[in-house]
Amino acid sequence: MSNFIFQALNGLSSAMFLWLVAAGLTVAFGVCGILNVAHGSLYMMGAYFAFTSFQVLGLNFWLSLVFALIGAGIIGFLMERFFLRRLYDQPIEFQLILTFAFILVFDNLTKMIWGTMLIIPTMPSLFQGTIPIVGRPFPIYNLFIIFAGIAVGLIIWAILHKTWWGMKLRAAASQREMANAIGINIPSLFTAAFVFAALLAAIGGALSTPIRVCDSGVGGAIIIQAFVVTVIGGLGSLKGAFIGALIIGVISSICTLYVPFIELFVLYLIMAVVLIIRPQGLFGGEI
Amino acid sequence: MSGLGDTLASHIKSRWFKLCWLGALIIFLFTLPLFSGDYILYMVMRIAILCLLSYSVNLLLGNTGLLSFGQAGFYACGAYACGKVLLAGASLLPGIIIGVAVAAIVALILGFFCVRHTAIYFAMITLAFGMMIFSLAQKWVAFTGGDDGLVGVPRASLNFFYLFNIKMETIPAYYYFAIVATLIAIYLLYRILRSPLGLIFQGIRDSETRVSFVGISVRKSRLICFTIAGVYAGLGGALLTPLEQTITPSTSHWITSTDPIIATLLGGMYNFGGPIVGSVIYFLVKDIVVRLTMNWMLVLGTIIIILVLAFRGGVMGAFHAYLSPRLK
Repeated sequence: MSNFIFQALNGLSSAMFLWLVAAGLTVAFGVCGILNVAHGSLYMMGAYFAFTSFQVLGLNFWLSLVFALIGAGIIGFLMERFFLRRLYDQPIEFQLILTFAFILVFDNLTKMIWGTMLIIPTMPSLFQGTIPIVGRPFPIYNLFIIFAGIAVGLIIWAILHKTWWGMKLRAAASQREMANAIGINIPSLFTAAFVFAALLAAIGGALSTPIRVCDSGVGGAIIIQAFVVTVIGGLGSLKGAFIGALIIGVISSICTLYVPFIELFVLYLIMAVVLIIRPQGLFGGEI
Repeated sequence: MSGLGDTLASHIKSRWFKLCWLGALIIFLFTLPLFSGDYILYMVMRIAILCLLSYSVNLLLGNTGLLSFGQAGFYACGAYACGKVLLAGASLLPGIIIGVAVAAIVALILGFFCVRHTAIYFAMITLAFGMMIFSLAQKWVAFTGGDDGLVGVPRASLNFFYLFNIKMETIPAYYYFAIVATLIAIYLLYRILRSPLGLIFQGIRDSETRVSFVGISVRKSRLICFTIAGVYAGLGGALLTPLEQTITPSTSHWITSTDPIIATLLGGMYNFGGPIVGSVIYFLVKDIVVRLTMNWMLVLGTIIIILVLAFRGGVMGAFHAYLSPRLK
């Protein structure tokens, strides 16, 4: 049993990365109608920016997070403003292909800038050490990740429900034409929403650096898991993304413990079954 | 289909023009082994296989308006089934036929669930099924050989009830087999797309509601389309196994599914010849760029971005847009 609880906690901390990526994916989809296949690459860029500022420039951990956010935010702005904006009136297939092309570009750019070696960053001294849970040492950083993920979730909720900008965002997500008619500047709101989504991915990537490797293939790998999560939760639903990430994170780490050979299969099976039975997902339609 | 054919004159002209091109292509393909080495033949076969896969993708994308991220799954079904049959000691033809049949059956079963969706949900469910096949290929070690895949698949000889027995070990011999199979398959697809069934597919792409108002079951037609697409992907896979003599799980990964999507887009998805033109250009560009620079993904990505933003009709679309005012 203690194995089970311990592994579930591990799953919870990896669920938080999935949640942050899936949250951005679902915001971009819910507000702008963009299904960004390159969203995982924004996570990857966040990780690399954080690594550079923390490890290479020797900045403080918190400052490196800010640095990663600024970098990914700029990339998100450029992507929406100069590329994705031109495809809003086209069939969604073109968006999928365009954003896939961005995966290739970002993967290649990271190889050019940071090289092809796996980068294994060090743990900031603030979070070194473990605390005992069910009689076993659990890394403090993983605990921090769980709290950070929940905190970001609360911040997103507060932004969407308590600020003027968040209300405009929800208005645009549910009734685009009506929002336009009452004077909300839809194009600039879309850019802002996409940048917001990019920031969520980047914070996930930046937080992942101390315990995961930075690698140019990581963007393509996490986006598929994020698709699984958003499909289960419902495309466009933040609540769904959170619950979906918890389900997938915990199930995949439990599977890794007991039946490692069918872990992947189970994840895609869940995704397919949800799509067949309830294509709108568990919480589809609401942001 | 061609986008021209505005007047009878231009129609005849373009038809004659097309037949000339086709004749030249076939003569070129059949005389190629006389003056080129095995590597060129190998490349042409890989292009032919990519072509079949692109037709599989484009049957769904260009003709019925559905983007599938899972065609590599059916490709792998064909490849693995053919590999297992050949490893069991059968001759080439049963291997290919069983490969295609397995892909068709899998496509029929999975298609039943896929065709209920369109747009994003279709892309997502095909992705899920494709990755399920990938995880089976990777983890079901006893049957698929795991990460190593099936190795040492023989390039079995082609025999037919003692009527003939042709050895396929050499590259040129297998080349003729693969090219003939590909050409027949493409010709059949051409006929299918010009049959009433093909018109239904295009009708669904343009307006689902209208097609259903005529009394045609949209879902059933989509399922037929999906199964045919599975057959073409399966044939590509079945032809791949004897060529490579080994087959690995990466064949079924979703990244493999994107190659034919890009090739189709490059060639032009609203034109029958698009996938052929696209496969040739994509394969050669990739081959050349990989030789010249390590940064081939950057080049390829940039090409796709330019295509999607500026030339959604692909090379063939641009060619026809350039040509059509002149033919009038």
